[in-house]
Amino acid sequence: MRGARRRAAALLTAPALAGASALLWAAAGAEAIQLKDAPGRDLTTGRCIICHSLEYIPSNAPAMNRAGWQKSIQKMKDRFGAPITDEEAKQILDYLDGSYSGKS
Amino acid sequence: MVTRRELLLGTAGGWLLERVWAGEGAGSAAADTLTALAGKKPLIRRALRPPNFETPLADLAAPFTRNDAFFVRYHLAVIPHVDAAAWRLQVAGASAQHPLSLSLEELRSGFEQVSVVAVNQCAGNRRGLFTPRVPGVQWGNGAMGNARWRGVRLRDVLNRAGMAPEALEVVFDGADSPVLPGTPDYLKSLPVERALDENTLIAFEMNDQPLPHWNGAPARLIVPGWVGSYWVKHLTAIRIEPQAFDGFWMKAAYRVPTGAFPGRRFASQENAETTPVTELMVNSLITSHVSGARLRRGERVELGGKAWDSGAGIEAVEVSADGGQSWRDATLQRDLGRFAWREFRFDLDTSRPGPLNVAVRARSRSGAKQPDKLTPNPSGYHDNIVQTVSLEVA
Ligand code: HEC
Repeated sequence: MRGARRRAAALLTAPALAGASALLWAAAGAEAIQLKDAPGRDLTTGRCIICHSLEYIPSNAPAMNRAGWQKSIQKMKDRFGAPITDEEAKQILDYLDGSYSGKS
Repeated sequence: MVTRRELLLGTAGGWLLERVWAGEGAGSAAADTLTALAGKKPLIRRALRPPNFETPLADLAAPFTRNDAFFVRYHLAVIPHVDAAAWRLQVAGASAQHPLSLSLEELRSGFEQVSVVAVNQCAGNRRGLFTPRVPGVQWGNGAMGNARWRGVRLRDVLNRAGMAPEALEVVFDGADSPVLPGTPDYLKSLPVERALDENTLIAFEMNDQPLPHWNGAPARLIVPGWVGSYWVKHLTAIRIEPQAFDGFWMKAAYRVPTGAFPGRRFASQENAETTPVTELMVNSLITSHVSGARLRRGERVELGGKAWDSGAGIEAVEVSADGGQSWRDATLQRDLGRFAWREFRFDLDTSRPGPLNVAVRARSRSGAKQPDKLTPNPSGYHDNIVQTVSLEVA
């Protein structure tokens, strides 16, 4: 079902939305998760917190390597409509691979 | 269970009482976090938004899983609180000759009410136990539960809507929706044969109570024997269609390699490479003990757990305490119905000190048995391999 809140959300530009969404949840104190500190963290947080909580990242680390994250970011963009530019995707990939690639 | 702190969390949707314990994870090496959603007891938190919460093992020991302990699974984060008094269910589509719009009261009073006891299990239950690990919500054993579902037969509603003979699939939509418009809404379809099965229900009660919000209030689909992804929550619209539904959650998600698993085929959604996950595999779960538990020598110790399948019913549950060399039948408890789980019990021999590796395997009345090896598949579905708990008699 398509809700009013969604239509309102769609009016915001992507970066503004990322900020607004992160703020909403951060302000509510509900995002208990903070990603590891490394270059690219803020960009990754801003983009990856829009549709779901950040827990999806550390919890999936044991299943991920660079190729896995590459596929995952591509899926978020192509299948789920994540507003992430190619340049941002590269930075996010470097960050996720560096901090959350746990697949042995 | 070592430390504990309590926090009050506010969310867009209301207040959450959070209790956090540091403890051993069921599936992963990391500690599990227990968090209580409004109306639920603390459950294992796999994700806060959208809410994905797993039932702790201790709560899977009862014959019926309590409503406030029942697992919660959502894909999309915009989840309205549906006003039951204003709610309407639309039944339409190209193969519906008399489209309907029903209130909850019309649904309750206009059709025969029936109930079924059935296991509701997420297709990805135990994904977090898969080796090698695969991405997705990293569930342990608790993305499942057993409940009595009460409602009306989907078949009766479809017939009232004048289902045409050329109907091929029935499509279901719920009130939840994505955060961004580019994310496909969560819609699922069933083949007409399964939609017309007398056990497929539109339920408004769970364990004799109105459906809890987090389990799909005011009405959800019940598809006994089929994985939870078809049990669409907060049902709002049903469409009867003469062609295969091509939404993302049918065409690209919840699929396994074609031919890799037994179980009912969903022909109109199958292709040469992949096919939808449909029926549950025969499976079992030890609820009384976890690996690492120490037993006192000579003490009477009863192993207990549950076994279930897709609706043939459980024929036998066997237990091995010697690494799989010899197997003995466990005692089956009360039969709650062929779609329910079946409780089993078994007296363990604690006369000798040392390690005690206990394995359990269930057999369905269809002849299906739990396998020893995982069938690899990219999304980690259908983990029904024989489980072993490593105990110690001292
Ligand atoms: C436009 C919405 C959106 C954005 C933005 C988004 N995701 Fe997702 N993501 C989803 C949806 C929808 C799911 C499926 C959730 C479910 O089934 O529980 C998902 C699931 C996942 C999963 C679980 C595996 C899977 O494929 O289902 C991972 C890992 C993940 N996202 C990582 C990310 C990362 C990393 C980012 C930032 C680069 C991101 N997501 C941004 C929508 C989004």
